[in-house]
Amino acid sequence: MKTESQESMLGANMARRSFLRYAGVGAASVGLLATAACHKDHNNPNPTTNGIDLGAKDDFAILNYAYALEQLEAAFYLQVVLTPYSGISASESALLTDIRDHEVLHREFFKAALGAKAIPALTPDFSSINFSSRTSVLAAAKAFEDTGVTAYDGAGYLIADANYLLIAGKIVSVEARHAALISNLITPGTFAGIDVVDPTNSLNKSATIADVLKIANTYLKTKVSAVNYGYVAS
Amino acid sequence: MNLFNIINDIEKIDPEFNDKLNPRRSAIKNITSFGSKVAMAAMPFALGTMLKRAYAADTAKPSVVEVLNFALTLEYLESSLYNLSTGAGTVIPANLLPYFITIRDDENQHVSVLKTLITRLGGTPVTAPEFDFSGGNGTKTGPFQNIFTDYSVFLNVALAFEDTGVRGYKGQLPNLLGNQTMLSAVLAIHAVEARHASAVRQLLKLSPWINSTATLGNDTGITTIDANYKGEENVIQGTVDITKLKSLAGDTTSVTVATAAFDEPLSMDQINALLVGSFIVQH
Repeated sequence: MKTESQESMLGANMARRSFLRYAGVGAASVGLLATAACHKDHNNPNPTTNGIDLGAKDDFAILNYAYALEQLEAAFYLQVVLTPYSGISASESALLTDIRDHEVLHREFFKAALGAKAIPALTPDFSSINFSSRTSVLAAAKAFEDTGVTAYDGAGYLIADANYLLIAGKIVSVEARHAALISNLITPGTFAGIDVVDPTNSLNKSATIADVLKIANTYLKTKVSAVNYGYVAS
Repeated sequence: MNLFNIINDIEKIDPEFNDKLNPRRSAIKNITSFGSKVAMAAMPFALGTMLKRAYAADTAKPSVVEVLNFALTLEYLESSLYNLSTGAGTVIPANLLPYFITIRDDENQHVSVLKTLITRLGGTPVTAPEFDFSGGNGTKTGPFQNIFTDYSVFLNVALAFEDTGVRGYKGQLPNLLGNQTMLSAVLAIHAVEARHASAVRQLLKLSPWINSTATLGNDTGITTIDANYKGEENVIQGTVDITKLKSLAGDTTSVTVATAAFDEPLSMDQINALLVGSFIVQH
């Protein structure tokens, strides 16, 4: 039995609900919360027809962008730990639990730091992931981590405040540590593979807000747009 | 919370506060007209930033070329280590050699990228200093003198270089604020260094991330590199004590998770203190 605080930790019951969906029950109760819950206090409350927008072009938009990605990662790992894939080893389980805890803390940090400026809780859609399959879970984990790194690196220059930039820097290297671990779990020695690190200059690839949200939205029921950064979810 | 009382109180103590805060004044006025609880609720973060700005140490910010030359020196250090250790008669076991060839190639390319960027800015890339990978300042008899014959010693030095390199890059990010080309390049190298650090830690059977305690940043058990991890035990991010945030374990977050989830920066001076006179020879 979960305590109330654990229940709220799961962020709008994300993990439990997506588990139920995955298990094929309770589908009717899904999706009631998020889109309706657009935050009236957000600095530029821009509910779109099927989700939310990051709002005015400022640091809060970038922090909310990070918050959206951390919500997604946290929800994913909550599910991974809740319904471990078959054949998971003790060490893999411990590592994935650590990552879950980091992502939950990143999410809680942005939520606390943004206060009333925070976008609402997002509802994930992990229907494309088979949580009982190691291959499927690790491939998704790699996608989330690699995308997270490219997102932070690609948006860093848009941050106007040095302190926020530094905090983004503190988080992105942890995401890169995760990414390297997950890659090595899939194929040992691929911690800086040519799919993520440009082989011509050894720079980690980076991505625009538009590119990243396009990927992120494939795992989200609540679509995230960034109209002021040239991206509207379709 | 009444922001204006706080500002008035500070003004009583520091009459120049207004001037220090001046660039941010308009921001504050905007908040008043904005008027609602919105801004106030978000203030802990913003206020901390403002005060930090107003009272930031008045040290001169290094130029972009200086930042890149500092990074270039770190890359010379790392690339030299791996160039020396991946050749014939290497200390690295054959099955793990591909790890260090990947890392070596990355570091060598980082050297060229940084040289190119410095030149593009009209600067002159620094030349490589003299290194002593024993950490003995040229005597070759430092604490890591068996580095090229004992794999575990080699791994320990690689670990220290990679984890410290991540910290060094991170510390320079604010100096490149808003510079799309240079900041993005440095962030991209920073991420690759973090990938290396994670991999080296995995080879040492350490956690890929740094799990500090409340009093000790260093989680490697290698006490000779305690100083390289000093400050990793920090749990205050912005103005938020992140151990006070909720976690799966309850209403708080453990120090282990809090320190692992955020890597900490080191300044140029702090990095130099760790390297110059030991690994970087100072005559």
